[in-house]
Amino acid sequence: MYWEVAKRGFRRYSTYRAATVAGVVTNSVFAFIRAYILIAIFRQRAHIGGFDVRDALTYTFVSQGFLMPMAMFGWYDIEQRVRTGDIVSDLYRPVDFQGYWFALDGGRALYQAMARGVPPVLVGAVFFSLRAPPVAALPVFAVSCVLGLAVSFALRFLTNLLSFWIIDVRGPAQVLVMVELFLGGVVLPIALFPRTLEVLARALPFASIAQLPLEVYLGKHPGVDALTTLAVQAAWAAALLLAGRAVLGAVMRKLAVQGG
Amino acid sequence: MVETLAVYRRLIGARIRSQYQYRASFALFSVGQFLTTFVDFLALLVVFTHVRQLAGWSVWQVAFLYGLSGVAFSLADVFVSQVEYLPDHVKGGTFDHFLVRPRGALFQLCAEEFELRRLGKLVEGGLVLALACGRVGVHWTAARIIVTAVSAMSGAVIFGSVWVVGAACNFWLIDAREVVNSFTYGGNFLTQYPLPIYGVVLRRILAFVVPLAFVSFFPALYVLGKHDPFTSLGFVRFLSPLVAGATLVVARLAWNAGVRHYRSTGS
Amino acid sequence: MTQELIQLRDVTKTFTVARKAGRVRRRFEQVHAVDHISFTVAQGTMVGYIGPNGAGKSTTIKMLTGILVPTSGQVRVAGLEPSRNRVELARRIGVVFGQRTQLWWDLPLRDSFDLLRSIYRVPGARHARNMAAFTELLDLAPFLDVPVRQLSLGQRMRGELTAALLHDPDIVYLDEPTIGLDVVSKAQVRDFLTGINRERGTTVLLTTHDLSDIERLCRRILIIDLGHVIYDGDLPTIRRRFGDERTLVVDLEEAGPPIDVPGAVVDRVEGSRQWLRFHGHQLSASELVARVAERVRLVDLAVEETDIEDVVRRIYLTGRS
Repeated sequence: MYWEVAKRGFRRYSTYRAATVAGVVTNSVFAFIRAYILIAIFRQRAHIGGFDVRDALTYTFVSQGFLMPMAMFGWYDIEQRVRTGDIVSDLYRPVDFQGYWFALDGGRALYQAMARGVPPVLVGAVFFSLRAPPVAALPVFAVSCVLGLAVSFALRFLTNLLSFWIIDVRGPAQVLVMVELFLGGVVLPIALFPRTLEVLARALPFASIAQLPLEVYLGKHPGVDALTTLAVQAAWAAALLLAGRAVLGAVMRKLAVQGG
Repeated sequence: MVETLAVYRRLIGARIRSQYQYRASFALFSVGQFLTTFVDFLALLVVFTHVRQLAGWSVWQVAFLYGLSGVAFSLADVFVSQVEYLPDHVKGGTFDHFLVRPRGALFQLCAEEFELRRLGKLVEGGLVLALACGRVGVHWTAARIIVTAVSAMSGAVIFGSVWVVGAACNFWLIDAREVVNSFTYGGNFLTQYPLPIYGVVLRRILAFVVPLAFVSFFPALYVLGKHDPFTSLGFVRFLSPLVAGATLVVARLAWNAGVRHYRSTGS
Repeated sequence: MTQELIQLRDVTKTFTVARKAGRVRRRFEQVHAVDHISFTVAQGTMVGYIGPNGAGKSTTIKMLTGILVPTSGQVRVAGLEPSRNRVELARRIGVVFGQRTQLWWDLPLRDSFDLLRSIYRVPGARHARNMAAFTELLDLAPFLDVPVRQLSLGQRMRGELTAALLHDPDIVYLDEPTIGLDVVSKAQVRDFLTGINRERGTTVLLTTHDLSDIERLCRRILIIDLGHVIYDGDLPTIRRRFGDERTLVVDLEEAGPPIDVPGAVVDRVEGSRQWLRFHGHQLSASELVARVAERVRLVDLAVEETDIEDVVRRIYLTGRS
């Protein structure tokens, strides 16, 4: 059942081919600019925060590949249905609401990982010498990506549900998006942050979305460390998904009181 | 001209009044717009915790580039970027409304889609520029102030022209929005840093094809009294207004060609 | 001699349409949306311009307003060539696109008029005079300060008409001005148009699916199909030939074979519902109902006027032009 929903999410996005190509171009252009800035820094210092220039370049192109699959520029699918009122029939369908949307989002993410995630990395690999992930890290990376998606989805689920209380949720969502991009390490790797900022960023859930999977990709978490990383991500995913369920409960009570 | 400006003011006034009805979301959107570019400034500051200079530019010199590019970009963002909604108007048939009124279609499109909340970005760019001007340690002569102001305007025209050319492409292609983004948003990001850090191909494109190098880099050479690593031709640093004029002509031609195409195909 | 305000001579508009041929390849086809059309419209007349969807109606209107450039042939409107003098022409025409609003959605109706005044550069005194006249004629006063998005369809259409006429155009093009309106609003819109035409001499070109619009407003109708003008003449002629055919729709207690009644032909049967076509001047509806009721037990009934598309189809089939 959830598999079918996921397939639908996958297919829905696979219809916009021209837009996909255009998007890959844009992501790659941004990755190039970031790459040049990082090269300029690493020309002066060989190592920063455990990163060398090759790590940094790899990080940049792969993180651009994370943007769309993790929907880091914002996602308003649920909010749209709240606004049109279609949401009420969704809520009373005999399927778990959160599970349904997570499955749909999983399909979307899988498509975008293939169409928007991989190409920028290939483009980067043509022009720069990027690091390939250690083979041993690949299964961990895969799990880490799924957990990252769970955290990303849980946060988006929460902000979208806010639209039951706030008329236009896109303002707050935009603020969240920018915080997520910065503290999530997409603008600049968290490893390059000053010490206190890095500690703060690592203490927040945003690092679980892209930063941690990317570090796994770079082989920064070998052995037992990998399991710790996954555990951190899993804890955030569980906590935020549960918070989403709690808010969903409040929505249902609100609707019951208002009679739909 | 004066009369056209008056009409523009009234149309924008109407837009602001419509949007004023959604005040709370307006405030948060403005904050969001502010943050959109502010995170890039934070990143710039973080970069300079690791190095003292980039390609010979100090943190406040780069901040000057950032601020100048930011002001130019956000002026274009406030007044012109709305052209990216063109595909919606073509698809929805409302572009025809513009064509049956006795005003330019581009003029009407820009006025009708005006959004005040984009000012958030302008505020951010302006603040950083002011901060950088105070800290770069140059003596502010009248000439430096004029060059700074003129290049902010020229840069806005250059960015605006890129937007218009990109929008005009939509008359032929369906939805080139994202590609245009890599020139506009990407161009804004790119011109925040000194040109020498980029590869030679990218540099040539920025100087000769999409002349974004004239938005901030060349004028900043003059204002900050820096040596030009590329050319000994001193006048290049004052070329921004001319380059802006040229991009404006290209934008005008592209737009007219696009409208002509629309009027012969109806789509 | 009356002045010809609109002239089309041998006008053709061809579109290139891409059709899929196989998985990747596309075949390009030439489609003549308007195919060698010629007609003129005299100043001060009201003309119904009708035809089925895709017949070339809106393509013609778009060429007359200067939105589209004709592929070949000559178009002149108010002495101007629309495709060359778009802006100049725009001051002399008004357009109502029935389904899409040209008003400012979130603002009070009054604001839209003020904005249009400055867009069209209407002098203040003339604007005030027109506003006063239209407010009275269309009874706009109760909702002038209501945001457009809150207006009813009828109120909005009255606003649209005002918006199209505030700059005193010589010609207005109306695309389905009564679609979706209730009877009262329809009548109000029609009275208004008649008045404008009579008092200001405004030329009106009207496209509609509603035959009764044409009946109340237009002396002359132009019917277009597949890019050709297939009828150009007065309404009574058409009415006599085709228009008084009507249809009686009856719901029977139970489904049965087509009812056999003299003076009517069964067009369609769907379960217990049947459609009977009859000529209004040969047989009154009440007479027919009585005859039907003698034969079967009726649950419900309704009389439908002939749809304009049917008329067009029949004219087309009889090859009249």
